[in-house]
Amino acid sequence: MPDQIRLKAFGMLAEKIGTDSLEIENPGSSEALRRQLLQQFPSLQTLTFRMAVDRKIIQAETDISAGQEIALLPPFSGG
Amino acid sequence: MDRFERQVILPGFGPEGQAKLKQASVLVIGAGGLGCPVLLYLAAAGVGRISVVDGDVVSQSNLNRQILYGEKDLGKNKADTAVRYFQEKYSDIHWTAIPEFITVDNAQAFIFHYDLVIDGSDNFPTRYLVNDACVLLKKPLVYGSIYQHEGQVSVFNVGTQPCNYRDVFPNPPAPQEIPSCAETGVLGVLPGIIGNLMALEAIKVLSGLGKPLSNKLLLFNSLNSQFQELEIHPNPASQSAIPTSWNEFHQRDYALACEGAQQLTWNEAMKLMGQEVAFVDVREPGEEPPLECTGLVKVPFSTLSDELDRFEEAEEILVFCQSGARSQKAAQLLQQTYPDKKIFSIRGGINALKS
Repeated sequence: MPDQIRLKAFGMLAEKIGTDSLEIENPGSSEALRRQLLQQFPSLQTLTFRMAVDRKIIQAETDISAGQEIALLPPFSGG
Repeated sequence: MDRFERQVILPGFGPEGQAKLKQASVLVIGAGGLGCPVLLYLAAAGVGRISVVDGDVVSQSNLNRQILYGEKDLGKNKADTAVRYFQEKYSDIHWTAIPEFITVDNAQAFIFHYDLVIDGSDNFPTRYLVNDACVLLKKPLVYGSIYQHEGQVSVFNVGTQPCNYRDVFPNPPAPQEIPSCAETGVLGVLPGIIGNLMALEAIKVLSGLGKPLSNKLLLFNSLNSQFQELEIHPNPASQSAIPTSWNEFHQRDYALACEGAQQLTWNEAMKLMGQEVAFVDVREPGEEPPLECTGLVKVPFSTLSDELDRFEEAEEILVFCQSGARSQKAAQLLQQTYPDKKIFSIRGGINALKS
């Protein structure tokens, strides 16, 4: 597995993706990953979510390197 | 020997920590699934002044997680009921019940007087409103929220590079994007755990014990019992999303931004009633109690999209349902059809009228 990354999905994103954790080939950047996810899981297109790369919530397009863990984080409102 | 002996002997907490809690004041927004455990532990720990804001009433479906209430409290206001419960238990705490919902008009006055705010609300408009008010006032805000089997906790506006909710999510999700507990279900223990974490963070911020979760978002999954911590950094996009003044804050319509429908209370709605105003019940036939009055139009939500032309004549449309959820969707649908009409959803629906 030369260039794999691990995705961790939370909340409704895990439901839409069908799992809360999966390994995929590294698309290279956060934007490329977002595009790939929206294509692979069209139901994500209407969802708001942020990404964290190696447990840091990112603000802008960020390079992703092999072995990194990407969290996909939707907002929760329940109380 | 007093009721705080066991925490006062803790190294790093001590009489100093206790004195800080005693002098502290906390505003708890929402006395629901999160607010109940928060209140229980802040009170037991001896926070000196605690105020509870909640305009909602206790309903049967709350009882699996809102552990301050029982069968005899059904229909009673949550803030009043919670405060009455605690006044009997702890006479050394100064309690205030504020049986209202927090709004752009009262937020500044409510929050201003407190050292720390707890967001135990259950909807995005309130969460963004409370966040923005706390940023404007530079108030420490303990945030917690849940979705089905997961929870998030953080501490905002604390530290040298303070972050807030908009640094994580600059703008609210689209209307109805994220279902509520009422729609997805929730096991009562989850808000219990998240609420306890929130109480812990509040005690840490107020007493100086340990390291609060500032600039960190803690995630918990109750199905696999896993915690994760993510770092939050100040986000330029968040700054531009927050009102820069109270004047701007007062003009914001948080419900509209989050839910896509303008909302009114029953009192505000009553003042609008008149000739050119359509007053619409979108509940399905058989929902109790039925409402009968002159000028009331009954169009069940399930058939609304086929009957939109019934509202051509109305200048303004007021929509209500049982709880205020379907009426928001109905108001959005009507607004798409009639972009020039003033259309409002009545907050809390018939349930709010009953109280």
